[in-house]
Amino acid sequence: MSEAETLASVADVGGPQQPLLEVRSLSKHFKLSGGLFGQGGVVRAVDDVSFAVGKGEVLGIVGESGCGKSTTARLIIGLIAPDVGEIILDGEAVGAALSVRVLRRRVQMVFQDSYASLNPRLTIEDTIAFGPKVHGCSADEAHTRAHDLLCKVGLDPALFADRYPHELSGGQRQRINIARALALAPRLVLLDEAVSALDKSVEAQVLNLLLDLKDDLGLTYVFISHDLNVVRFISDRVLVMYLGEVVEQAPVEVLWEDARHPYTRALLAAMPSLDPDHRTKEAPIAGDPPNPIDPPSGCRFHTRCPFAESVCRARKPMLTATGNDRHTAACHMVDMSSGHSWAGHSFTGEEHHA
Amino acid sequence: MIIYVLKRLVLVVPVVFAVALVCFLLVHIAPGDPLVSVLPPDASAELAEQMKRAYGFDRPLPVQFGIWVWNALNGNLGTSIATGRSVIEEVSRAVGNTVRLAVLASLIGFVFGMLFGFLAGYFRDGWVDRLVTTIAITGVSMPHYWLGMVLVIIFSVILGWLPAVGMGAGDWAWDWEHIKHLILPAVTMSVIPMGIVARTVRALVGDLLSQEFVTALRAKGISERRVFVHVTKNAAPTAIAVMGLQLGYLLGGSILIETVFSWPGTGLLLNNAIFQRDLPLLQGTILVLALFFVVLNLLVDVLQAAIDPRIKRA
Amino acid sequence: MSALADDLVRIAKVDRARGYWTTVGRRLIRDPVSVGCGGVILVIALAALLAPYLGLADPYHGSMIRRLRPIGTPGYPLGTDELGRDMVSRLVYGGRLSLFIGLAPVALAFTIGTTLGVIAGYVGGVVNQAIMRIVDVFYAFPSVLLAIAISGALGAGILNSLLSLTIVFVPPIVRVAESVTTSVRNLDFVDAARASGAGPLTIMRVHVLGNVLGPIFVYATSLISVCMILAAGLSFLGLGTRPPEPEWGLMLNTLRTAIYLNPWVAALPGAMIFTVSICFNLLSDGVRSAMDVRG
Repeated sequence: MSEAETLASVADVGGPQQPLLEVRSLSKHFKLSGGLFGQGGVVRAVDDVSFAVGKGEVLGIVGESGCGKSTTARLIIGLIAPDVGEIILDGEAVGAALSVRVLRRRVQMVFQDSYASLNPRLTIEDTIAFGPKVHGCSADEAHTRAHDLLCKVGLDPALFADRYPHELSGGQRQRINIARALALAPRLVLLDEAVSALDKSVEAQVLNLLLDLKDDLGLTYVFISHDLNVVRFISDRVLVMYLGEVVEQAPVEVLWEDARHPYTRALLAAMPSLDPDHRTKEAPIAGDPPNPIDPPSGCRFHTRCPFAESVCRARKPMLTATGNDRHTAACHMVDMSSGHSWAGHSFTGEEHHA
Repeated sequence: MIIYVLKRLVLVVPVVFAVALVCFLLVHIAPGDPLVSVLPPDASAELAEQMKRAYGFDRPLPVQFGIWVWNALNGNLGTSIATGRSVIEEVSRAVGNTVRLAVLASLIGFVFGMLFGFLAGYFRDGWVDRLVTTIAITGVSMPHYWLGMVLVIIFSVILGWLPAVGMGAGDWAWDWEHIKHLILPAVTMSVIPMGIVARTVRALVGDLLSQEFVTALRAKGISERRVFVHVTKNAAPTAIAVMGLQLGYLLGGSILIETVFSWPGTGLLLNNAIFQRDLPLLQGTILVLALFFVVLNLLVDVLQAAIDPRIKRA
Repeated sequence: MSALADDLVRIAKVDRARGYWTTVGRRLIRDPVSVGCGGVILVIALAALLAPYLGLADPYHGSMIRRLRPIGTPGYPLGTDELGRDMVSRLVYGGRLSLFIGLAPVALAFTIGTTLGVIAGYVGGVVNQAIMRIVDVFYAFPSVLLAIAISGALGAGILNSLLSLTIVFVPPIVRVAESVTTSVRNLDFVDAARASGAGPLTIMRVHVLGNVLGPIFVYATSLISVCMILAAGLSFLGLGTRPPEPEWGLMLNTLRTAIYLNPWVAALPGAMIFTVSICFNLLSDGVRSAMDVRG
């Protein structure tokens, strides 16, 4: 099989309207060992998460550490098996129409910790060529491809192909990570904290590289980060996660201007301000993050929410549209019928009527 | 903590069972006739059959295992084919001697190991450290049975100060007649544990002293003595744990030294059992020695848990 | 390509990453203790291998008239043993079996133990539990006891010793291998390899093994000295090599009764065991230090 056949980018199946990735009711609980007879708690790492990603879009996922964003990424790419839920890639369900092996040709991941993300014993060339070789490319084809990819990510193959990871800087290693992810010509790339470990200037270069590659190669991204500035820069739409659940999703500027979930607002407010006239005076979220083993009843955020009422403790809010169809939030204040005294009000002062 | 102890106890049960199984299997895969040492070579087939039945060797293996375990739980480990005495009797007699030897060796090893380890840790990278490290490595690389021979050569053959073999006449008593027989074997046995303890303590003490909070303590003006006490308290649990394990090894693995010195302990008993192909004695002895080791490991774990607050609170 | 580009490439190739093992080798050679110990072992091993060509006396042939001659007897620089055989010859030839029975079990245990440990560490789950619990059972016995029990059961002989010692050393290596593999397995690059669709065997071979062999190897070398002592110990008890084969442990056994007549000759075989054992120990420590290279 020639390289062109084995690794041609997989053809588009469903047309531009069909989302490239659909995640439905995804859940993953981890059992903990403990106690005298091995009964322990259950960490509800990802709980009933659903979202869709359009073709050519960049979906950002934000949240505190431990909110389940990395686990979600690993579920999507099949490194962990979900307990409940479906993953649908361009109309085909994983497990049914789509085997995991094929899934891995279409979805790839760029990892964060760039030192542990590259095998210290393999040269850069070998690392990038590994994937193609696994899928049937001959050694020559795979290495040629590796050289091409190095060029694409801005590294001169003559200088870098034979090097080992420990000889490179963080920014260079992340470029290698990206090149490796692109080696199998995927359609969807998951970036898990891909720039978090880099210096700011290098971070900017890598982000720009990512955007260029997206346009060149027609990629779709899911970009996971705890850094709101980065997410704002690169995303088209943003998903906010808290304790394993999606609490809000919206197009990026809509989220920044009119966030509806108190947690999102707190996250945005917590960003240190660069404006000396509008300094961030106090931490907007009170209390400690709750234990993912024993999440609060009802709305998981209610223990730290300044707007919490009894309905919040009693009933879990579902993702509800806020008037703008593309902007949904899981908060009783958005749901007109919830019984919350603030239902229907937005923070920007506009009132809603369903 | 109690939960931890209970957990450990529960885990020990399958281990003990597996140990018993392995003991049994080891002995019964041995080629050769188990009764060869007892029967005269011209014994009739009928007599051989009778003996076999008397010892239960004619039953299928799983049944033999079951019977053996059941009897063992009731305190009966069978009868030695060679001497005709009960295995328990033989082992009890020997155990005391081995325990005395091993405990004394452990004490010597522990005391000197700690001493050397502390010296090396305190004077890290100096000549003291190098000397101690050399001693430790020598101790650990030493074939102790050879050391025993060399000590016998020096102290018995050439100088004639100490006896070479045996325990002294009759049963054990804490008199010079017997103690002089104990010295050489105990010293020989102490060398390996001493080396291991010295190495461990050296590393521990060195690490502790270089940790920042020790510098902080000293900066606060705490006297050296207090620092020393502090270091000891932190190093003690691990040192004790290591020594406990070593004691277990000594108890279980004393055969070589006991052979060199003809010390009438469980090791020598094992030796005899092997060469006389005395199956019941062999089985029983291996079981008891292995159990010693298992129990000691358990004790060391529990002790460590009691002393180390990190485990205690878990 | 322009001339400048050519130069750049040439410089880059020359400046190219030195292999990890070359660095380790370089550091090892600079350590006098390691070099010394390595030298001693090499000399003994070579002498053992080339024994027939060294013009030594026949190690099997002795004469009762010349038994137990002391060290320095003309014609017998290290004396003679209890059957009148030349000690120099016995010791040199003895090196063959002694070195073999000291190294081979560790080599075998390394192979078997690494395989089992890497599988247990990588696959995890039930397979891991099964393998590690079996290993735990063997850990319930002190190694000396286990070796002697197995040898006692199987009977004397070199192959039996080999088998019994290999069984004794497999469990510790499995434990170390499993532990190292588990920590490597959790690193991101293994996840990345899984994400590219590779199967477990490929990943173990390409990504795990290279990163894991180093630490396991170092640990295994630290076991060699113990194995030599234990192997000689088995022969000393009569459970290993059988007479008249020359082997240091067996020689200690047969010369034991001679300590009253010729103590120093009786002690010689043990000195050899000790020398080789301590050299392996120091060498192993040296290798460990040399391998502690951070990129």
